[in-house]
Amino acid sequence: MKIFQRLVPWILLAIALFILPAALDDFRLNLFGRYFSLAITALAIDLIWGYTGLLSLGQGIFFALGGYAVAMYLMLNTKSLAGGNGIPKFFENYGVDQLPFFWQPFWSPVFTLIALWVIPAVVAGLVGWLIFRNRIKGVYFSIITQAALMVFFHFFNGQQKLFDGTNGLKTSTSELFGQLVGSPDMQVWFYRLTVLLLPLAFLVCRYFTSGRFGDALIAIRDDESRLRFAGFNPVPFKTIVFLVAGALCGISGALYTVQSGIVSPQYMSISFSIEMVIWVAVGGRGTLVGPIIGATVVNYLRSLVSEALPEAWLFVQGALFIFVVVLMPDGIYGWITKGGFRTFLAAFGIAKKAKTYPQIDKEAIPVD
Amino acid sequence: MELFFSQILDGLSIGSVLLLAATGLAIVFGLMGVINLAHGEFMMLGAYVTYVVQSAFKPMGGVIFELYFPISLVLAFIVTALIGVLLERTLIRQLYGRPLETLLATWGVSLILIQLIRSVSTAMMLGIIVGVVVGFLLSKLLGAKFSDKPFFTYLNGLGWAIAIGIGLIAVNLFDQIRPLAKPWFGPRNIDVTAPKWLQGSWGMIGTIELPGLRIFIILLSALLLLATYWFLNKSVWGLRIRAVTQNRQMSNCLGIPTDRVDSITFGIGSGLAGVAGCAITLLGSVGPNLGAAYIVSCFMVIVLGGVGNLLGTVLASLLLGIIQSVIGSGTLLTIFPDMPLAAKGVIEFFATTSMSLVLVFIFIIVFLQFRPNGMFPQKGRSVDA
Repeated sequence: MKIFQRLVPWILLAIALFILPAALDDFRLNLFGRYFSLAITALAIDLIWGYTGLLSLGQGIFFALGGYAVAMYLMLNTKSLAGGNGIPKFFENYGVDQLPFFWQPFWSPVFTLIALWVIPAVVAGLVGWLIFRNRIKGVYFSIITQAALMVFFHFFNGQQKLFDGTNGLKTSTSELFGQLVGSPDMQVWFYRLTVLLLPLAFLVCRYFTSGRFGDALIAIRDDESRLRFAGFNPVPFKTIVFLVAGALCGISGALYTVQSGIVSPQYMSISFSIEMVIWVAVGGRGTLVGPIIGATVVNYLRSLVSEALPEAWLFVQGALFIFVVVLMPDGIYGWITKGGFRTFLAAFGIAKKAKTYPQIDKEAIPVD
Repeated sequence: MELFFSQILDGLSIGSVLLLAATGLAIVFGLMGVINLAHGEFMMLGAYVTYVVQSAFKPMGGVIFELYFPISLVLAFIVTALIGVLLERTLIRQLYGRPLETLLATWGVSLILIQLIRSVSTAMMLGIIVGVVVGFLLSKLLGAKFSDKPFFTYLNGLGWAIAIGIGLIAVNLFDQIRPLAKPWFGPRNIDVTAPKWLQGSWGMIGTIELPGLRIFIILLSALLLLATYWFLNKSVWGLRIRAVTQNRQMSNCLGIPTDRVDSITFGIGSGLAGVAGCAITLLGSVGPNLGAAYIVSCFMVIVLGGVGNLLGTVLASLLLGIIQSVIGSGTLLTIFPDMPLAAKGVIEFFATTSMSLVLVFIFIIVFLQFRPNGMFPQKGRSVDA
């Protein structure tokens, strides 16, 4: 049994790497690649929400920043997309004949590979530090991150001369290694890359949530004031974990962008960032397996529903929000591991009831 | 200078729409600690109520039609307040003390409301009614038989799932009948024509025209604010609301029906949102996505003003409105044509509606660096806000 449990992740990885590409057609495989790249974002949100108790409604910022970094590189390095001055064509529409200065470094692939996670990380660190040092927390944190999201959204949306505004940057027609990014071959490679990066992100999250650092995070989530009174300063912990989450979102956004073929300000819409949170809630927050399950399941459901009945998706999504929050606060994975499934079976007399100490039950009722 | 003054007036009216929207939120958030992300959708509902009332009054024409607006104001308040009470009773009540969860659940509600308005038709309404009735009957039936069994909760859930299924089937069946399947509003924007007495100008101050609509909105928000203030501070229920806000258990012990207080507070908050939505129809066409445009600004107003403080809400919303209008229209450039080039560049950069929002939000985030609890922070010794 123990050996089996140790083997499960490897088996899943093998399935994702070898069996799925063989079993699914290009379109579905691409979809799964997207789900897995979104799962990295879900992991990041779990890191800050599930473990540290910071409900950020602004992760879309970092997601989109990563996406824009990659898209800018691809746009610059594709000959067929270049206009008269050797800069991307869309600039001509707005009468811009010189590359904006911040586009310059994105000629370099090395810089891009670093920038796509460092830029979101730095922005996240800065935003986080500014918020945390003022002890803004709870719902205020959520609202402020949402406002920050709106700042970035309106900025990217309004600046046609810098980012092509609402249209976003299309990557599917750009080229990498002489091949079209949107071509099926490239997409399979991106899929493989995503499948390999997801476990890495998982390991990063596990590294940060275990040991003393992880304990501090959980302490912040459960009672920040008490942690402070015990002589710890929660600000660096929160800033670091927010920064890490930002970096992960950046990577995730970059992977998603190359697989969906476009990055646009819509990635920074309010609804998308809240959706990210619900993936984590559905999967099970406070566990690292949960978000991966959640992101995959919810997005798969989304594809299914939108294909069958596009109008119904918002109903389903709304119901999902309410259902998870009210009836299943531990999510799917938490429901199974924390005894929800057992209670379910016990109710029908299939499994034995879990034994509890009545005294403990009584004491566990919060006094508030 | 005239231009500047009319811009200020413009800003005041933007601010007073914000104020209208934020007053309700200030009550719900400030007094109950509930983050209601569906607040914007309540505004949207209010707008649609106005549209319905207007459509009903149109055939009558003449003087009666001119009177539709006050009636729709009242109706918008009542309808949204009732929906708010329903929401509080069924959903919000389960989530007190868990603000982050409330936030997610109300977001779910807002999604459902948006899609409901987009695709509601007579067929759908009938289907929903069928589903709800079947659900209640099933849960009554099952409750009579199995209520003491351990698996009753799951069985009940199954019953409701079946009811939803039946409801869906009913919707599909009703959809076959053509006239029933036609959506009431559809996803497109709707237009409400303002009554004649609101169009045009209401006289002049010096050389500045007073546009009736804007003045009306400013007056309306002032009036509602006063009414809210009076209700909270002078009426019996206001007293109870404040008592529950301060100490729920103690109020309960003293015989205040706290759950009814909750319902009333939430109902009034939602009702005010409905009125705000009603006022917004005067400013232009409205659509199902109306709420999203306002909700973030509303929360910003409340955070900036200080939670639970009406005066703060007033100042914050007017301030935001004026900044947005003066910067966004680029008026500063025309007033001070000979300013230094650098400043000109900066102002030009922000002189669009969306960029002025960027500036406003940045301003708020910077402001909160110095006053983390807003302009008028709540006084108290509690460690955790």
